[in-house]
Amino acid sequence: MATDMSKINESCSWKDLTEGMQVYEGGSSAKFHTGEWTAIKPEFDAEKCTQCLLCVPVCPDSAIPVSDYKRGEFDYDHCKGCGICVNACKPGAITMKGVNK
Amino acid sequence: MSYNFKEVMNRPERLAPGHRMCAGCGGTIAVRNVLRALHEGDKAVIGNATGCLEVSTFMYPYVAYQDSYIHNAFENAGATMSGVEGAYKALRRKGKLDETYKFITFGGDGGTYDIGLQSLSGAMERNHDMVYVCYDNGAYMNTGIQRSSATPMYADTTTTPVGSESNGKPQNRKDLAQVIAAHDIPYVAQTTFTRNFKDLHTKAEKAIYTPGAAFLNIMAPCPRGWRYNTPDIMEICRLGVETCYWPLFEVIEGKWVLNYTPKQKLPIEDWLVKQGRFKHLFKKENEYLIEEFQKEVDRRWEDLLKRCE
Amino acid sequence: MARRDRLSGNEAVAEALRQINPDVMPAFPITPSTEIPQYFSKFVANGQVDTEFIPVESEHSAMSAAIGAEAAGARTLSATSSCGMAYMWEELYIAASNRLPIALALVNRALSGPININCDHSDSMGARDAGWIQIYAENNQEAYDNMVQAFRIAEHKDVRLPIMVCQDGFITSHAVENITLLEDEEVKNFVGEYHPEHYMLNPQETMAIGPYSVTNYYMEAKRAQAEGLHNAKRVIKEVADEFAKISGRQYGWFEEYQMEDAEYAMVLIGSAAGTAKDAVDKLRAEGKKVGLIKIRMFRPFPAEEIAQALKNVKAVALMDRTESYNDHGGPIGAEVMAALFRAKISCEAVNYVYGLGGRDVRVEHIEEVFAELEKVAAEGTDSAYRYMGLRE
Repeated sequence: MATDMSKINESCSWKDLTEGMQVYEGGSSAKFHTGEWTAIKPEFDAEKCTQCLLCVPVCPDSAIPVSDYKRGEFDYDHCKGCGICVNACKPGAITMKGVNK
Repeated sequence: MSYNFKEVMNRPERLAPGHRMCAGCGGTIAVRNVLRALHEGDKAVIGNATGCLEVSTFMYPYVAYQDSYIHNAFENAGATMSGVEGAYKALRRKGKLDETYKFITFGGDGGTYDIGLQSLSGAMERNHDMVYVCYDNGAYMNTGIQRSSATPMYADTTTTPVGSESNGKPQNRKDLAQVIAAHDIPYVAQTTFTRNFKDLHTKAEKAIYTPGAAFLNIMAPCPRGWRYNTPDIMEICRLGVETCYWPLFEVIEGKWVLNYTPKQKLPIEDWLVKQGRFKHLFKKENEYLIEEFQKEVDRRWEDLLKRCE
Repeated sequence: MARRDRLSGNEAVAEALRQINPDVMPAFPITPSTEIPQYFSKFVANGQVDTEFIPVESEHSAMSAAIGAEAAGARTLSATSSCGMAYMWEELYIAASNRLPIALALVNRALSGPININCDHSDSMGARDAGWIQIYAENNQEAYDNMVQAFRIAEHKDVRLPIMVCQDGFITSHAVENITLLEDEEVKNFVGEYHPEHYMLNPQETMAIGPYSVTNYYMEAKRAQAEGLHNAKRVIKEVADEFAKISGRQYGWFEEYQMEDAEYAMVLIGSAAGTAKDAVDKLRAEGKKVGLIKIRMFRPFPAEEIAQALKNVKAVALMDRTESYNDHGGPIGAEVMAALFRAKISCEAVNYVYGLGGRDVRVEHIEEVFAELEKVAAEGTDSAYRYMGLRE
């Protein structure tokens, strides 16, 4: 059986599937862009951000990347626009259409 | 174990994005923040009971977990992970494995309180060195919001629908944390999402790094099942705690510890009113139902205070 | 260097397991397989093996834990019977579809209801489409030998499927017989160390197992699984040949007894073969051309070869130790008749249900069946689905 994950897609032969549908790479879901689910997204104003990071743990989609103790721009490839982070942001650095704090 | 929020947030993400959970799901908020309690560099095997979480985080060939992962079935996350932990012990004993692994499995309340209770009880009683995390959203959400034994009284679900002869679920919610605590395992805790996640994080860290079996019950609201305004999840959790519907406590080696007492216990309406599943309670003629709900919350809170004395 | 011993079938299987020293054994007691985990626990308690024995709270959890352990990279097995296996049902399919080479020592017992603790094959036959390899034993020696071969078959890289090693409840599991055991070192060398290519506790690579599959993958995944079972047929033969070299005992997919010139044949599975052989010997002494096929490997099913072995018979009795409740026969009946049809071999075939719930199988019963076959061959029949040993 194949172990090359890159060959697997919804039109490949049964011979190209991994044995027992096992997957041998972590975090491969990132290749699937759930960001396409919605056009309404939060907007981030770096000027207003105090880097308190309280928006980070509330994101169900791991779409607020942190490096070197600072958050960066939203990962719009995956953000589903739930708006939870808007409410978590006290300085008002995150806004989104339809979410009124 | 002091809590450095920024250090914890700076840790590598162990749940990748691209999973198919609904926008605003509390389940993955629970998972991300539990996994964040794993120390950097520590290996883990993550498990799931069948449910929203499983079908959304491992849809072939995409897996959201950065660690090794197993899903088996709905009712056996406890037993499955006890086998993984047994394999770990055996391979270590036989000199085939040197690395340290931690074992964490997640089930919804359906897979935990109900169909998976026997398997969970067995795994806890045998004291496998593992953590069982229940992300409790109080109904079978994956199949379309049917009642579970974790569903609060009077909730409108698809198998306890409100009607001319029904006020929603007639029964009280099972107190699972107490049931698991009765297994006399090293660590049991109940938590939910608080502003800086200190409560959840410290409990997850204790659960993971306490040798033996540990159980975490995490209230993880479901915007579709509870019918609240999706961005308000943190407020829903805060009100759950402030009304004493969802107290934060630990049972450490059999000793009950209350982690938070509200300065002023809020009336249960404050929590109920935000949720569409309790809308019928706010009809004029149903005021007595809210009173009954309040009585039950009070009774359980008083009971908990006694256990924590 | 072989050694002789007097062991029950359960002891013999436990002895094989001691010699194999698997990594993990989750198990739950149920008559008549209980003794296997009991004996094995003693080996653990005395330090004769370093297996992790997990005394789970149910058979469902036994197979669930076995799946977890095997996926983690541990050589794993369990033992059960009857309702215990029925309780594992869902997990049997999951073990197979996940391609986990778990072994299950199954001591065949009737399924409830009514509750009955004695032998029939309703448990394993019910699970015949679960995707497991199934091999069956006639006696204690075969139960031991099959257990020694099990992991070599299941873990083969072209197979990677779970295997059910079946023996008859009480008839072999509790009866003590003289058997020949291999030396510990011989078994250890034969079975070898377990080195799966992918497993969860591999520090070099993560593995995720048990996905949700959309329709566009599901059918391809099931086809890929079928390939493993197809390959098992060849591997079972290869392992048997290699086993013959160390034991002097040769196994195949099935055993043919007095079949060369047989005009009337019987096909069955398990301990009743011993009684049937006595009946064949007796009838042969009387000049009757009768023979027996004893199936060892039921999954995969050796359809072409069994059909060929029956190509010259006038009539065959297909003996099922279970009811299928389809109003026309049992699983052996269905498999063999389908095999004959596909091979375009035409003979009279009568499907007998026998031995349910431990009902005795006697030489006279088998003789009667052969007498009935002669009659059917001569006159035909409109009742090709019958019971043997039933009070009318």
